[in-house]
Amino acid sequence: MTDQTPALRLEGIVKTFPGVRALDGVSLTVMPGEVHALMGENGAGKSTLMKVLGGILAPNEGQIFIEEQPTVMSSPMNAKAKGVVFIHQELSLADELTVAENIFLGELPKKSFGRVDWQRLYDETDAILKTLNVGFAARTRVGDLSIANQQMVEIARALTVEPRAVIFDEPTASLTDAEKVVLFEVIADLQSRGVGVIYISHRMEEIFKITDRISVLRDGQYRGTLNTAETNEEEVTQLMIGRTLDLSRNESTHELGEVALEVRGLSCGGLFEDVSFSVRRGEVVGFYGLVGAGRTEIAETLFGLREPSAGTIHLAGEEVSIHSPADAIKRGISLVPEDRKGQGLILGMNCRDNMTLPQVSDLTAGPFVSDGAEVAIFDQYRDKLDIRTPGWRQLVGNLSGGNQQKIVIGKWLSMRPEVLIVDEPTRGIDVGSKSEIHNLIRELAAQGYAVIVISSEMPEVLHVSDRIVAMFSGRVMREFTAEEVTEDSLIQAISGLTGKTA
Amino acid sequence: MKNETRANLIKQGAIWAFILVELAFFSIAGEFLSVTETAFMDFDNMLLLLKQSAPIGIIALGMTIIMINGNIDLSVGATFALAAIVLLDSMTWPFMQTLGNWAIPLAWLFALATGVVLGAISGLIVWKTGVDAFIVTLGSMLGYRGLVFMYNGEQPTSHLNWTLVDFAEAQFLGLHTATWFLLGAAILLWLLMTRTVHGRNAYAIGNNRDAAVNAGIRVGPHFLWNFMLIGFLAALSAVVFYSESGSVNPNDGMLYELWAITAVVLGGTKLSGGYGSIISTLGGVIAIQLLRKGLGHIGADTETVNLVIGLILIAVLFLDRQLNRKGKEELRT
Ligand SMILES: Nc1ncnc2c1ncn2[C@@H]1O[C@H](COP(=O)(O)OP(=O)(O)OP(=O)(O)O)[C@@H](O)[C@H]1O
Ligand SMILES: [Mg+2]
Repeated sequence: MTDQTPALRLEGIVKTFPGVRALDGVSLTVMPGEVHALMGENGAGKSTLMKVLGGILAPNEGQIFIEEQPTVMSSPMNAKAKGVVFIHQELSLADELTVAENIFLGELPKKSFGRVDWQRLYDETDAILKTLNVGFAARTRVGDLSIANQQMVEIARALTVEPRAVIFDEPTASLTDAEKVVLFEVIADLQSRGVGVIYISHRMEEIFKITDRISVLRDGQYRGTLNTAETNEEEVTQLMIGRTLDLSRNESTHELGEVALEVRGLSCGGLFEDVSFSVRRGEVVGFYGLVGAGRTEIAETLFGLREPSAGTIHLAGEEVSIHSPADAIKRGISLVPEDRKGQGLILGMNCRDNMTLPQVSDLTAGPFVSDGAEVAIFDQYRDKLDIRTPGWRQLVGNLSGGNQQKIVIGKWLSMRPEVLIVDEPTRGIDVGSKSEIHNLIRELAAQGYAVIVISSEMPEVLHVSDRIVAMFSGRVMREFTAEEVTEDSLIQAISGLTGKTA
Repeated sequence: MKNETRANLIKQGAIWAFILVELAFFSIAGEFLSVTETAFMDFDNMLLLLKQSAPIGIIALGMTIIMINGNIDLSVGATFALAAIVLLDSMTWPFMQTLGNWAIPLAWLFALATGVVLGAISGLIVWKTGVDAFIVTLGSMLGYRGLVFMYNGEQPTSHLNWTLVDFAEAQFLGLHTATWFLLGAAILLWLLMTRTVHGRNAYAIGNNRDAAVNAGIRVGPHFLWNFMLIGFLAALSAVVFYSESGSVNPNDGMLYELWAITAVVLGGTKLSGGYGSIISTLGGVIAIQLLRKGLGHIGADTETVNLVIGLILIAVLFLDRQLNRKGKEELRT
């Protein structure tokens, strides 16, 4: 490998934003045919580095080499023309347009008079979709696809050109296991064609499964590169956050109180059916299942966003009907949503205001909003969740993906709810903060809150839950206690392999 | 999948269904309430209706593109008036008078060029400053209207050319000249929006601007082209209308921008951009003209007409929202 010319080399890249030195002299070499993992905490600068490489941001200093030729990436188009394809962390699609138009956005095939060559467009798209093995067609409207399928569209974009290097920025955050397998096949295929792949993810299993080398960033600085085969999770974590983590399963137990929330026979159209469960004070109940099993929809129903078609909801023994989120909040239910950008955050508002948004009417001093109280709340949760931002005035849209997620969590925690529902709380969150969020969830339960955790990550549900509800296509398959659950039985339950409801 | 295309058809067909309802309603109501003897659905009446739809209709077609882009253009009414003045005044210029009838195409060219230039000014400002199109065109609306008044004060600008009038009043295959221009523009723009890269990019930009930028679409120049196009169309509308009337008042074209926007919205184009259709806008234009004529037919005065159109607009937007919620299990907002 050493005497090959690198597909891509970055040298001494510096990028500053007002108040932040996001990248501080980072160098990175990617060989053809290798899968190179880029790791680091939230806000370490991974996405920023890739944006520099993808022509979206111009670096303040430093140089990019493609096959040892110094290059300047002036725009995303320019980068793509030079063979560097960037698949974004956040979806970047036009949902009124078709799959084909999105895949070829900005480079639709042309005939005379600027007409679109639909035939060629659909043919080429079909060919790409075939290699991806997806269940939708070139003419499907992107807005009608699930988030996971939209992610696949995003991935399909990489295959429209003959790339030298492809950057995947947390591509698996919203993929199901089956789609992950396809993605890994796509990556293996790129690899065998001699393409250099940069792969960003916070999921260690994936990193160790598919990558050849791991480079680590910390606070915008390059910390080193490891050969995946010669290292282990501990060493990588150490390099990333400067300490090791205890990743054992949940063993702490505490007194459970009375039932805080009970759901009986809840159904909602075709989304989920006959769902019954209860959560007691001081208890963490994990909802585990594949993406699309109906878990998010249950949470949304409890939070008053959807209207149940059958069944009842009881809070502290009393039957209630929840008509709106305002209703839910008043009754002490909070939801940390899955889609932080769409539902949880106002990107153009600053960190503090986002965090205190749901309670701003309570934080008043006379007729005015009390600034001091708001800042105090922000400071408290910034420290608790280790949110990396230069200050509360920073716009949330400028934070790194993981830190945005932390703001959402802080927002609902600061409401001190009775029942807290968290949907995929650690999606896109680095290992260090992940375990902090897990501890926080346990701690909240210990203080007497009833907590529901929805997650597609098995280690996560196993780690935080007292009880686990396994779901498969809108139905509860089984309930496990923390003592009896095993990974195998859980996998069986969520793939619909066990019989009836336990 | 199938469901989706059906829902789409319903959406696009809604405006035409609405037109049918209007026709039926005014025909029946006209039997009882009409102030005249003629039936509402009279053929000549309908032809006239199409002709009368043309001035705002041609502008509304351009507005559709601007709104699909996620922008808006408030200056079209003033552009319309200024192009009309250039059209009529240029024919009185000494050198133009020596040209005989050759002055006509030249006058048209001047008027259309005026529209393109005025559009380009708005477009350039939107592109280069990044200021919202609403604000920019609010400014150019005031500015262009100011130019209109500077030209001739409160006086109308007039010039009647009989060759022009004959041309404008001509009928070909039964349709008036203005109607042909409306239909021709509609077909060309429909082709532009559905078949060309420029058109598809317009949807992409309006739908998700960041995604379009990330994909390397040059949004600024794209906006510029579209503003030039709507300027051209506003001028074309003036050319078609004033060839016949021969006299411009400095207040002409006021509120045209709002009527155009109303027609576009009735046709189902999203205010936020990314979705809409030229053909549906044509439906919206006809629906409004039908309402005006129909209400006049049954004896309502202008104020009532405006009130009714306003109420219908709100009702349509409300219905649209309800239709878009796919059912009970859909997320509430
Ligand atoms: N446009 C911007 N303006 C100001 N600061 C920014 C901007 N974009 C990024 N930053 C800052 O740069 C730093 C690096 O962010 P980046 O998005 O690269 O992190 P990341 O490593 O991708 O994190 P994550 O794992 O959470 O996605 C963060 O502190 C972030 O707040
Ligand atoms: Mg990132």
